[in-house]
Amino acid sequence: MLAKRIIPCLDVTAGRVVKGVSFVELRDAGDPVEIAKRYDDQGADELTFLDITASSDDRSIIFHIIEKVAEQVFIPLTVGGGVREVQDVRNLLNAGADKVSINTSAVVNPQLVADASARYGSQCIVVAIDAKQVAPGKWEVFTHGGRKATGLDAVEWAKKMQTLGAGEILLTSMDQDGQKKGFDLALTRAVTDALEIPVIASGGVGNLQHLADGVKIGGADAVLAASIFHFGEYTVQQAKEYMAKQGIEVRL
Amino acid sequence: MVDIAVVDYGMGNLRSVQQAVRKVAPGANIIVTGEPDVIASAARVVFPGQGAAPDCMREIRARHLDRVIAGVVSEGKPFLGICMGLQVLFEHSEEGDTPCLGMFQGPVKRFASGLHDAQGNKLKVPHMGWNQVHHGDHPLWRGIDQDARFYFVHSYHVQPGDAGLVQATSDYPQPFVCAAARDNLFAVQFHPEKSAAAGLKLLQNFINWNPL
Repeated sequence: MLAKRIIPCLDVTAGRVVKGVSFVELRDAGDPVEIAKRYDDQGADELTFLDITASSDDRSIIFHIIEKVAEQVFIPLTVGGGVREVQDVRNLLNAGADKVSINTSAVVNPQLVADASARYGSQCIVVAIDAKQVAPGKWEVFTHGGRKATGLDAVEWAKKMQTLGAGEILLTSMDQDGQKKGFDLALTRAVTDALEIPVIASGGVGNLQHLADGVKIGGADAVLAASIFHFGEYTVQQAKEYMAKQGIEVRL
Repeated sequence: MVDIAVVDYGMGNLRSVQQAVRKVAPGANIIVTGEPDVIASAARVVFPGQGAAPDCMREIRARHLDRVIAGVVSEGKPFLGICMGLQVLFEHSEEGDTPCLGMFQGPVKRFASGLHDAQGNKLKVPHMGWNQVHHGDHPLWRGIDQDARFYFVHSYHVQPGDAGLVQATSDYPQPFVCAAARDNLFAVQFHPEKSAAAGLKLLQNFINWNPL
């Protein structure tokens, strides 16, 4: 059967992998190419790179990193951050990305999702949604790295993105991100049940049970984590063995 | 002398395929091209593909690649189809009601919606991720474990009319054909270029394959 995917996430700025708490307080985690190779060796199913560079001046750095990684790592690579037009999607694919993640620009210009998926195929268009709980069973979409409220309902927004041609949803709980208390499982479950396309749960993983819960309780098709892998607490292999013991199908 | 042509018909990104082929054939002259003459001159041809069937077939015909592919195949040169490069070899795709190349008998059908796994979770379409491949004893499987996992991303799957074409199946949740072959033609639904060690092994086997 199809395996649930484990996806280490590398937030990149100024050529380094960093990790913050609830989108702030950045901590250095190392060289992106070295880290990517390490996770590949550990059996990561995919890698996600998010370019969190604030200014557009340093955009070229991420292209260089992706080119280097794609020469050496033969698993799917997703890249996001600063994607504003179809040309940005094309440039990232040409650098070696297999999928491109669109977040703020999908809200500003939903047609970008339709145009990019029509041009390059749904399989390479991931829509990233940063959601925050606003009432019991209600989540709102935020953009600009979590700073700006949109008034959009996260579940309805995810459905709209599916309709426009997204191939996958990367769903991050802003409430949980960096807290190491586990995914927002109710949010994950609400979105995955509403969609036909795969959902990647993100934000809040602090231990291996959190990853298992994302699949078993949240119903996620894939789970994404950063700091538990970056700082050596667990390897991807350990995460998979742990999940396999709980009866979750993984690629070992 | 072009050793390996990776066929470019404007449907998505071929860099991953090129990188992976280079990895297993470091000394080879590998060219990504849509030029019929260059493809026809190559010793081996890799035929990838992404996107929707109607767009793929339109581009293949507009660039006269249907004739080039038929020529390469009839000359007995090793030919590897990947993903859409498997589907378009069949007669007809349900996606956009599209007539395809018809080199293999049978249709291409969408996965049914509303499927669930054994735990009752919804099975998503596209079928995306690493699935187990149950394969036969074709030379391209040499050194690859039975039930090895490969990376898939697709919403449609082929249904060969001739069981003799089938070289591998996978399950989602029902068995579906994920590799088909005849003579010098071999094609897979998954992405060997993104399937880590098992995928590179299959590409290496293709580079070393000398079909009779």
